[in-house]
Amino acid sequence: MHEPSGLIENLFVFVLASFLGLELIRGVSRLLHTPLMSLTNAIASIAIVGSLLMTGRPHESQLITVLGAVAIVCSTINAVGGFLITERILKMFKKRSE
Amino acid sequence: MQETNPYVQYVYLASAALFILSLKWMGQVRTARRGNWAGTAAMVLAVLGTLIAGGITGQGYLWIAVALVVGAAIGTPMAIVMPMTAVPQRTALSHAFGGLAAALVGVAEYLENANSGMSTFTVGALSVEMLLGFLTFTGSLLAFGKLQEIITTKAVIYPGRNLVSIGTLTIAILSAAFLTLNPASTAAFGVLICASLLFGVLLIIPIGGADMPTVIAILNSYAGLSSCAMGFVMNNKLLIVAGALDGTSGLILSIVMCKAMNRSFANVLFGGMGATPTGGGAAKSPTGKAIVGFSIEDAKSILQDTRSVIIVPGYGMAVAQAQHAVKELANVLAAQGTDVKFAIHPVAGRMPGHMNVLLSEADVPYDQLVEMEMINSSFPEADVAIVVGANDVTNPAARTDKTSPLYGMPILDVDKARTVIFIKRSMNPGFAGVDNELFGLDKTMMVFGDAKKVMTELVAAFKAGH
Repeated sequence: MHEPSGLIENLFVFVLASFLGLELIRGVSRLLHTPLMSLTNAIASIAIVGSLLMTGRPHESQLITVLGAVAIVCSTINAVGGFLITERILKMFKKRSE
Repeated sequence: MQETNPYVQYVYLASAALFILSLKWMGQVRTARRGNWAGTAAMVLAVLGTLIAGGITGQGYLWIAVALVVGAAIGTPMAIVMPMTAVPQRTALSHAFGGLAAALVGVAEYLENANSGMSTFTVGALSVEMLLGFLTFTGSLLAFGKLQEIITTKAVIYPGRNLVSIGTLTIAILSAAFLTLNPASTAAFGVLICASLLFGVLLIIPIGGADMPTVIAILNSYAGLSSCAMGFVMNNKLLIVAGALDGTSGLILSIVMCKAMNRSFANVLFGGMGATPTGGGAAKSPTGKAIVGFSIEDAKSILQDTRSVIIVPGYGMAVAQAQHAVKELANVLAAQGTDVKFAIHPVAGRMPGHMNVLLSEADVPYDQLVEMEMINSSFPEADVAIVVGANDVTNPAARTDKTSPLYGMPILDVDKARTVIFIKRSMNPGFAGVDNELFGLDKTMMVFGDAKKVMTELVAAFKAGH
């Protein structure tokens, strides 16, 4: 049992990013809450980073590669779908004068 | 797991900065599309950076390529053909995918390293990742089922449900704690997965349709936090940043939703609201007066030559897909010189911002969509308020009746308009199962029928009259 490398740095990053997130999201107009949600949905597919590493590296068990590949499929659906739908939604928002 | 290529961290740093800019730009309509592009660029950078991180074998690249193509082949058509009314379902479904992805990576990580001495902290983070990931997966699937109406949209409640839910959650947490202290225990690993999956189901089953905005936001938060936990496991700061941004976004949205209903998280999750209609005599007003329906012609005569009209859309408009017909009515009214505005309650519909998206789809300019706090002062000056498929968010009982489950919820002050035209499919009470005393007021005109049909007929009546 040893202290994992970079734990305290990671905690710093986590806490600072959370406060930053709170500030940023508070600034989002209520009008945009649906596209905000589909955008953050797409951002949550950042799990793809972990999935890629899991799938790509050599393992003793093929099962791990398969689990990773399924995770890539799920994350890609989210990423591609999330950004496309956000774009579709945002395109619809028009001002009276336009 | 350390990346062998030292430049990868710089790519990740750029990606994290773009994610932050993306959310910043998402704040205003003017810059929102730029925000979406920044997010897309950030994700592309993250993927490219990971691919050059090192350690990936030739066969690994093959697996990755196939998985990426399959994912894109499923995700792209889904996003392009999806009708705008299905946005809530799609959002729920993508939370499910997000949760599953994080959970599966957690499982894979555990299987690979269970016997090679992971630190206590790493196993703890792994347990959190799996717990949140799996409960988000089943919970979101269930939310999807409810929104798609594959399963009942009503709250399913049974005696002792809270005990069962909390018991299951306790088992999940205890097994996570046990696994953290004994990383080699495959039994605890198995129990953790099963209990998390089960808890996701139990969490959503007792929640009714109108509480979905809050629930979707909470699930959004969980999906982000599980990515965050993955970042701690893999010692990857990009995962932590993006996960934290996502987690806080869901958190804030759910707080906004709860405030708009004057309810606490606990009440939304464990209250079982909307399970049983309490209003017995449906076709009676609170004073016992029978409620009569008015005709399209009656409604038309009231709307003719009005100075100002406020339209209040709700979930009924979404169900009937009436947004285009509503927009047409707004056009007809504007053509006769009426000032038309839309009053948007924060929890109208099935997800945060639902009404704004539907009306934007129908080409309603967004500066006509007015938030509750801004428009409530305008109702006393409005000649007519037209309620299209909204109910609980207009119920004056929320202001006056301390015994009402709606008491304390901020509402749109529809009752202060000179006349209220209330379009409703039937006399069934709203989601909360509470009668709306608006129906019995002398100034209220009930027009029964499908929202789209009523709107279309109203527009036709106006056009015929010219």
